[in-house]
Amino acid sequence: MKKLLVYLKPYKKETVISPLFKLLEAIFDLLVPIVVKLIIDVGIENRDHPYIWGMCGILVLFALVGLTCSFIAQYFAAKAAVGFSTGLRSDLFGKIQKFSYSQTDQIGTSTLITRMTTDVNQVQSAVNLFLRLFLRSPIIVLGAMIMAFTVSPRNAWIFVVIIPLLSIVIFSIMIKSIPLYKKVQKNLDRVTSVTRENLSGSRVIRAFGKEKNEIRRFEEANEDHYQIQNFVGKISALMNPLTLILVNLGVVLILLFGAKDVDTGNLTMGEVVALTNYMAQILVELVKFANTIFTINKALACANRIEAILETPVSVERVESVCESADIEGSSVFFQNVSLTYEGDAEPSLEELSFRVPKGATVGIIGSTGSGKTSLINLIPRFYEATEGKVYVDGMDVRSYHPDDLREKIALVPQKAVLFRGTVRSNLLWGNENATDEELWNALEAAQAKDFIAAKEGLDTPVSQNGKNFSGGQRQRLTIARALVRKADILILDDSSSALDYATDAALRSAIKALPYDHTVFIISQRTSSIRHADMIVVLEDGRIVGNGTHESLLESCEVYREIYDSQFRKGGEEA
Amino acid sequence: MKKTKFDVKTIKRVLKYLKRYRAMLFFSLFFAALNVALTLYIPLLTGQAIDLMLGKGLVDWDGVVAIVIQITVCTGISALCQWLMNVINNRITYGMVRKLRRDAFAKFQKLPLSYLDNHSVGEIVSRLMTDVEQFTDGLLMGFAQFFTGILTILGTLVIMLVIKPSIAFVVILVTPLSLFVASFIAKKTYSMFRLQAETRAEQTAMIDEYIGNHKVVLAFGREDESQKEFDEINGRLGKCALRATFFSSLTNPSTRFVNNLVYAGVALTGAFMVIGSGGAFSVGSLSVFLTYANQYTKPFNEISGVLTELQNAIACAARLFELMDEPNVPSDAEDARVLDVADGNVALKNVAFSYTPEQDLIRDLNLTVRPGQRIAIVGPTGCGKTTVINLLMRFYDVNDGAIFVSGTDIRDITRSSLRANWGMVLQDTWLRAATVRENICMAKPDATDEEMIAAAKAAHAHSFIKRLPKGYDTVLGENGGDLSQGQKQLLCIARVMLCLPPMLILDEATSSIDTRMELKIQNAFSKMMQGRTSFIVAHRLSTIESADVILVMKDGKIIEQGDHQALLSQKGFYYNLYNSQFAS
Repeated sequence: MKKLLVYLKPYKKETVISPLFKLLEAIFDLLVPIVVKLIIDVGIENRDHPYIWGMCGILVLFALVGLTCSFIAQYFAAKAAVGFSTGLRSDLFGKIQKFSYSQTDQIGTSTLITRMTTDVNQVQSAVNLFLRLFLRSPIIVLGAMIMAFTVSPRNAWIFVVIIPLLSIVIFSIMIKSIPLYKKVQKNLDRVTSVTRENLSGSRVIRAFGKEKNEIRRFEEANEDHYQIQNFVGKISALMNPLTLILVNLGVVLILLFGAKDVDTGNLTMGEVVALTNYMAQILVELVKFANTIFTINKALACANRIEAILETPVSVERVESVCESADIEGSSVFFQNVSLTYEGDAEPSLEELSFRVPKGATVGIIGSTGSGKTSLINLIPRFYEATEGKVYVDGMDVRSYHPDDLREKIALVPQKAVLFRGTVRSNLLWGNENATDEELWNALEAAQAKDFIAAKEGLDTPVSQNGKNFSGGQRQRLTIARALVRKADILILDDSSSALDYATDAALRSAIKALPYDHTVFIISQRTSSIRHADMIVVLEDGRIVGNGTHESLLESCEVYREIYDSQFRKGGEEA
Repeated sequence: MKKTKFDVKTIKRVLKYLKRYRAMLFFSLFFAALNVALTLYIPLLTGQAIDLMLGKGLVDWDGVVAIVIQITVCTGISALCQWLMNVINNRITYGMVRKLRRDAFAKFQKLPLSYLDNHSVGEIVSRLMTDVEQFTDGLLMGFAQFFTGILTILGTLVIMLVIKPSIAFVVILVTPLSLFVASFIAKKTYSMFRLQAETRAEQTAMIDEYIGNHKVVLAFGREDESQKEFDEINGRLGKCALRATFFSSLTNPSTRFVNNLVYAGVALTGAFMVIGSGGAFSVGSLSVFLTYANQYTKPFNEISGVLTELQNAIACAARLFELMDEPNVPSDAEDARVLDVADGNVALKNVAFSYTPEQDLIRDLNLTVRPGQRIAIVGPTGCGKTTVINLLMRFYDVNDGAIFVSGTDIRDITRSSLRANWGMVLQDTWLRAATVRENICMAKPDATDEEMIAAAKAAHAHSFIKRLPKGYDTVLGENGGDLSQGQKQLLCIARVMLCLPPMLILDEATSSIDTRMELKIQNAFSKMMQGRTSFIVAHRLSTIESADVILVMKDGKIIEQGDHQALLSQKGFYYNLYNSQFAS
């Protein structure tokens, strides 16, 4: 929670004013029983009508002041709480945006989303309540005790005994239930992820007719959540009855000892009334306090989860290193004994890769499923970090770049064709914020996407969430166009033409080749036809390089490559 | 006129959900009533006790002790009632959450795919999670406090009227003011809550999109821009949240103010009454009245607090019900027959279809497929290949014309039996966060290990599964976790290999698998396809050369139809397509 308090800082004024006015309101509340006591002991005793009128006038005045204080307190509390959550959400979003690939892999997107939505909302309500009640309640309780001393020092000990007892009850229930609330939240996460999974797989589920199974699966998570909620509920339901018992115990004691003192003339009737009134005020306040505590309790678990996200370090360390190899001259990308083992994996995904790509070359990367092609290219923009060896881009270790500068040099078309809600233009501008419409059209043309975009509403064609209003092949071409807009030094196509037919794929490749600027192109593909004309082809097998050369030389020297080639062109392969 | 405080329809439906908890509700109300009665009785006892201590030497000790014992007993019972009431209320509301979520989830299974295709996952999830949560939170508070509040008000009124009607009259006079203030604020805030809920949903959708595709955002270094976009929505949310929060929080102080006025009024009239009545109206009674005056209006605070809570709850419920009211996939026709094992005859007659009315996609599609034939669908992207599959599987219904399987219109066959006859492997792989075993055996949970391994071997997935940390018992992460796209696809193929239905649909099934692997899988596929009617969508012509019929689609129409040789000799669209494969 501590770290999150920073977000209240811009609302310092509000966080002070709100409790302050709440306090002021509380003080007037505390004075009311004294006024009533005066009405009984002075007004009624002396049959003094004007005095009673005056005292009741004071009560009305207190009410007015209380109302004003309360309005002010509510406004500032709401402002601070909403401002707090707005700032927090914004930073949280920013923080998550900066997460590395492996961090996102590890935490999981659905958890991240819950933290940004449900968790932040919970914390917001808690802050609001906290500002309004957390100070007020203890002050009323303590204030009632102090007032009890002014009314009757002889009987105020009852308050001194009851109040600590109340605190013990409240705190022990809190200590018992906090860890349980964490469990509740965890269960809730599970319900969320089952739902997300179901919704994203609706086609497959229906194809297999597994709707009933899905419901059963959901039921399990749902039921678990239900059970634990009820269990926690039982414990927290103890709070109010226990405080009621303690407070009424206090009232009973006041009556017993008060009666004795009235009998001996040490106490007046009005004073007994005032004491019981103070006890009653404590009860009212504690009920509110208990509710506050439960809200805060719940929110604390959320706050901790949010904090964990905010505390995750994202600063990519920059390392100065000098390359001693002569190969670095004129190279665009240079891998030096690079190995990569993903976190949590036992086996390395890439092992001892070394190769050099000269500036302006076109590189094909080919290999079987799981051979490490995507892992390899993810090392170039430093999405993952090599566990061993070094990766150089333009003669510099990738770790010595500022990540923004490094990524500025690279345009990537990912395997999964993802677009974002907006328009075609807004999506293309991702590649380069300052591109002109003409440049955008050029990119679309090269990416073979000009025709279908022109047939719609051009650059203003709306794109729905995740680009759902385009077919898979159209999305792929749009993602290619997006990358081309960047005109980067290095263009990486990660198997990004798989949904394109051969004719389009071929047209795309020649268009990229014909682009009027110099760039190094990486093409990952399953098809030898896509890469056979590359300047160099890297053949991967189980994370190792088993061949590196041109199409012709590899056909002669590399058995794996030959197999791949044959399998596609059916020369000598198994009969299908 | 509409959209004011409460919409009755929504409330009625909420009540319907509550119906099954009748017995529990009864007990909850019973304990609540008992609790209220005791809570009201205790101040009365306290007042009586005070009247027994008039001054020095005038204290009736025995009387005080007797009353104190009564107070103690009442407190004990009241505390017990409170606890039981809370526990029962928890049961009811958590039970309702469970039921609502279950119903909503079951509803998702029945929504037409067109709905799911057009709504983001995040948005739907937010209904199921956030809305249900907020709805029941509001209900929990409302339920616990509303009833108690009303009872307290009525009880207090009755007691006050019995003790001293004239002072009770002062209290009653102010009541409409309290009610007016509460309802005025409630009315004002409802629309604010709705706006807040809507803006929140918009933001959730954006969070879902950007965080879900975080890797792309990162690749393009769009952190700053997306942040800007986010902050715009966030700022709007902040503004409407501030208004909703502030205005709804005014109810409490406002009614408390009215409350304090009542208090002062009671003190004034009460004090004069004590002086004027010559002992008939005692100080003890005055103190009782004052306590009641406090208790009487406090429920107004609570009820109005509850009102805003309830409003938020009702707004959430309304959004939830809106989703629940989406038309289902039309249920199977009453006389729909169960298709046991399809004979493999498939026919499309004059089929027309479009996703949106403005843009027709497929027009007048005709096709007759004999059992065991392999139909390859080729054509440029966006020509309607995937749509044909959507229609065959009845994910979408045709707008015109009909599709026949085994000679029966598929609209006359139960969906489940129709789909059970198709084995489908899609371009978009989908795996669940569960073990590899569960994923493969999805369609056939009772498969033996041998069957499962045979299927995995047939899909060439066995060797990589064996290398996973726990083999078939490895738990995969969300959507397949660390597996490569190709490995995911192999698992999806293994899933179909295991149940082997009589007809197959392969949509780009091997797009992410390297060609050597693909060749092997194709061998398996062609064995599998033996005697099975199969539809194959693929961009690689080599994978479909062996098809019996090749459908060349363009712009939603079949422009060429025939086998490989026949189409090549036509020298048409297919001919060009085929040759481009070897062109550079």
